Amino acid sequence: MLEAIDVSKTFPGVRALDSVSLSVRPGEVHALVGENGAGKSTLIKVLTGVYRPDAGELRLAGERVRFATPQEAQRAGISTIYQEVNLVPLMSVARNLFLGREPRRRGLIDTVTMNRVAAETLRGYGITGDVRRPLGQLALGAQQMVALARAVMVDARVVIMDEPTSSLEPREVETLFGVIDDLRGKGIGIVYVSHRLDELYRICDHVTVLRDGRRVHSGPMQELPRLKLVALMIGRDVETVRSEGVTGFSEESQVADSTPVLKATGLRSRHKLHGVDVAVRPGEVVGLGGLLGAGRTETVRAIAGALPLDEGTVEVAGRPVRGSTGAAVKAGIAALPEDRKAEGIVPGLSVRENIALAVLPRMSRAGIVSEKRIDEIVTRFMERLRIKAAGPDQPVGELSGGNQQKVLLARLLATSPKVLLLDEPTRGIDVGAKAEVQSLVDELAGQGLGVVLVSSDAEELVEGADRVVVLRDGTVVAELTGDAVTADGLLGAIAAAAEKEVEK
Amino acid sequence: MTAATVEKPKRLTVHWGRWLPAYGVYVALAALVLVNAVITDNFLAWENLRIQLVQVAPVVIVALGMAVVIGTEGVDLSVGAVMALAAAVVPIYLGYGAVPAVAMALLGGVVVGLVNGGLIAGVGLQPIVATLALLVAGRGIALVISDGKLKEIRNADLVAFGNGELLGLPYSVWLAGALTVLVALLVRKTVFGRQLVAVGGNRPAAQLAGLPVRRVLIGVYVLSAVLASIAGVLAVARIQSSDASQVGQLYELSAITAVVVGGTPLTGGKVRVLGTVAGALLMQLVVATLIKHDLRSSIAEMVQAVIIVAAVYAARERGTR
Amino acid sequence: MKLSVEGVQKHGALAVLALVTLVGLLAFPGFRTVDNAGTLLVNAAPLGLIALGMTFVILTGGIDLSVGSVFVLGGVVAAWASQYGFVAALVVPLLVGAAVGLVNGVLVARTNMAPFIVTLATLLGARGLMRAVSTEGSTTYLVESQPFKTLGNGDLLGVKWPVWIAAVLFVAGSVVLNRTGFGQAVYAVGGNTDAARLMGVPVAATQIRVYALSGLLAGFAGALNAARLGSGVTVLGIGTELDAIAAVVIGGTLLTGGAGALSGTIAGVLLLGVIQNLINQVGDVPTAYQQVVSGAFLAVVVVAQTSLTRLRSVAPV
Repeated sequence: MLEAIDVSKTFPGVRALDSVSLSVRPGEVHALVGENGAGKSTLIKVLTGVYRPDAGELRLAGERVRFATPQEAQRAGISTIYQEVNLVPLMSVARNLFLGREPRRRGLIDTVTMNRVAAETLRGYGITGDVRRPLGQLALGAQQMVALARAVMVDARVVIMDEPTSSLEPREVETLFGVIDDLRGKGIGIVYVSHRLDELYRICDHVTVLRDGRRVHSGPMQELPRLKLVALMIGRDVETVRSEGVTGFSEESQVADSTPVLKATGLRSRHKLHGVDVAVRPGEVVGLGGLLGAGRTETVRAIAGALPLDEGTVEVAGRPVRGSTGAAVKAGIAALPEDRKAEGIVPGLSVRENIALAVLPRMSRAGIVSEKRIDEIVTRFMERLRIKAAGPDQPVGELSGGNQQKVLLARLLATSPKVLLLDEPTRGIDVGAKAEVQSLVDELAGQGLGVVLVSSDAEELVEGADRVVVLRDGTVVAELTGDAVTADGLLGAIAAAAEKEVEK
Repeated sequence: MTAATVEKPKRLTVHWGRWLPAYGVYVALAALVLVNAVITDNFLAWENLRIQLVQVAPVVIVALGMAVVIGTEGVDLSVGAVMALAAAVVPIYLGYGAVPAVAMALLGGVVVGLVNGGLIAGVGLQPIVATLALLVAGRGIALVISDGKLKEIRNADLVAFGNGELLGLPYSVWLAGALTVLVALLVRKTVFGRQLVAVGGNRPAAQLAGLPVRRVLIGVYVLSAVLASIAGVLAVARIQSSDASQVGQLYELSAITAVVVGGTPLTGGKVRVLGTVAGALLMQLVVATLIKHDLRSSIAEMVQAVIIVAAVYAARERGTR
Repeated sequence: MKLSVEGVQKHGALAVLALVTLVGLLAFPGFRTVDNAGTLLVNAAPLGLIALGMTFVILTGGIDLSVGSVFVLGGVVAAWASQYGFVAALVVPLLVGAAVGLVNGVLVARTNMAPFIVTLATLLGARGLMRAVSTEGSTTYLVESQPFKTLGNGDLLGVKWPVWIAAVLFVAGSVVLNRTGFGQAVYAVGGNTDAARLMGVPVAATQIRVYALSGLLAGFAGALNAARLGSGVTVLGIGTELDAIAAVVIGGTLLTGGAGALSGTIAGVLLLGVIQNLINQVGDVPTAYQQVVSGAFLAVVVVAQTSLTRLRSVAPV
């Protein structure tokens, strides 16, 4: 159905795709996997007409095609749904669904027909309600369904799905899989990109693995063992993967019965948190578990003073902290944000400035900064965290994800914090940096810091944390301690909470 | 939300791509001076240079504040109106002497800066909108205060301030120079200066790192408004009359031009103080050159427009807005 | 709750307009004459046309600061061209305005420069052009074509032509925004540019068109003004861009783009007109108060908008 043959794409300084081929048959769900930077996004953009390949060709149903724009690809029957919902939140649901191909009457858009057809179509995706309200008022999962409905509506021959489940609830994932089965039955080819191995093995027929812009494997999904798949993705042999699997966070805990260094009580924030209690003792790593939207990130942000609270108190070493980020930093709370680019690094500033950012007042006298003292801490942390940069004056935006993360950690540690809040500390960084970050967290806890860890990777969470607080809908529903801190235990607790929810 | 398209592979930094916006203004300035030295009679004569410096001084003062504001990813459209406001306030309090009158004018600037900063940092308005409101209302207030009439200034101290000289250069030029040094030190050496570029570079990150983002933003707009007030007072003192409908007209445009031509990106996170001064000088000399060669000022305006576009084009970033 | 929030956003300007008009009707005998209403409308028509174009631009998330200059330029070239007859007087300013708008649009769409700086530059450029045409502003061209003067001053059913023209164009604009692909593209580009691009909306073409439209309408407004005044006045109109932006924003269109309607813009334009008119009625109040009031209005409206939007955003960012 859709073929890419020896496609190459080079950006100044980067060979993003190097003679990559991909062949999707009608009615096939084709998994496209690879680590960040492997070239998946570039390949998708080539397939959908966003980029033009430097070499190689695309074939659709055997015929050679060239797409100058995404519209041309769409018109040829290639539809795409993206990880983030790429619709227009302020426009109505129906107008989003039909944007660019609205039903016409005497040359003008026929809004009556449009709204009627939209309502009928969306019912098939489990979306009811007024299609005239702004799309932004729907839940994220429902928005994703609208995007999918839109992608399928255009007599699609191939649908490309880029991390479609990343913002879906389990129930919505089931709906999605139902839709995928329908599409498969209609002979539509599907390219499915996901990091969730369970999903891949469940619905995909065929898999293509990319690494560093090259295709390293292509074959039937079921014939590829999981471990082999992971090994292919990260480019190491199976034995190394096995041994690295057990590195991660060490499991020892030296929690004394000391008083909590962090005590958050009754955190409430409208629509987000409904009374969350968390206490962390010095040297303890407390994990926050739960599904997406359970309030993990919100809890961390509330403690860091970045989410306005309606009620609740945060205390550090017995002293109350006023609800602002400035006060939190002063009190010894350091927060690593979930979204490194949006809320972490200042890309245009140097490594040096980024590390010193939070401690400027301490590095100054009468408002004048002391360059010497800044140099001292910058040198110290660049060495300690093994930050790889051309020098302290290189802009942070030019570093790799792992090194950016280390720069952020250096910024946090420079404030000599008592409490570290880590939201997805290893997301989007390579395996080597991941292990380094994990062992660093362990080391810091060993030095007596209190750590709150959020991770959507269940293994990472239970291996890293001494104790796991499980959240759902902004409340604490369970707490796992001691031997109960296992991936199974965590999933069990989440599932149990979900059942309780159903009973209500 | 934009990750799907923004996630482009890193581009190898082309050498001149970074060099041009940063130092292009100095090269252009040097080239213009050289060309003028050859083709324009008496260009290098002290008298001519002096006139150019006197004319550019208020623009430099306003542009310094604008550069700092733009460094925080903002913009201050109200500076021209603030100059008019200062010009309107001075004659009212001149009866108490020059110093109280100037102090009141600067206080007016502080108030406008607080309002701007409050709307932007507190309420969360876009800087363009907030300062637009002050641009519209500010000049109106200035006209109301001054009854829309031109007032002559006869206070000896103020006239001396506007027209006196030290070592052959007018006070206004010294003042612009001193303020340039101060703002440069503020940006490079102080906590406030470091914080403001971080706020401009990534505001949520600065917020999460515990920086006093609101205070920094308010401070920046107050600084800009106070510098504009100084320029307004200077204008009044130099021409020895106060006309709220004329003082500071289109200064916001000149100031933004100087900043942008000087290589400060509109996307924030960087402040080029010396570049801004060079940018103001460049635009001043371009106009002077054209006029000296009998090109009409309407042509000069169009040339300025082209230079602005060229400068922004050279410095543009590959993000939206 | 939801209803009231959106209601205020959409119809706030209309409610204030009604209120202010009511006060005017009750308090000022001079305000409630038919003549005065006619004057008010005909005065508001040019601003209405400019604000119409500005609404399109702001809906795409842009801004056009050059319209004030283009307005004046349009008036001057219309008066100059009127010596060659009615058609020339009408077409030349339209072409000139559209050309400036086209430059804006191409620069914004193709080079990724911030709209405010691009249009600030063309503000300067158009002003330079206007002064070049009018020998540094010293020549005032008189309108030579009688039919063209009639376009500015004649009436139909007691309502002046400029008012009819503005009304028809507003209706047409509304249809374009809500019932054509171009209108949908305008909202989509302003609501989420990246998504619009991925959904196959021609983003660059849409941007170019809105700026061209804005320039065209500003030029047209200038022509109508020249027709009414009988000459191409070179000094009026500076700062009109601010009034237009104020009217659009007061009318409830989000400055960030993606939401708003022309009905609000009409209300905004009329509100500014009524306030100006009432200040004139009061008499011995300096006209500068109008600036103070509209500046304050602008601030109040955007503050309210921002607060309401914040109230409404339920989803975590």
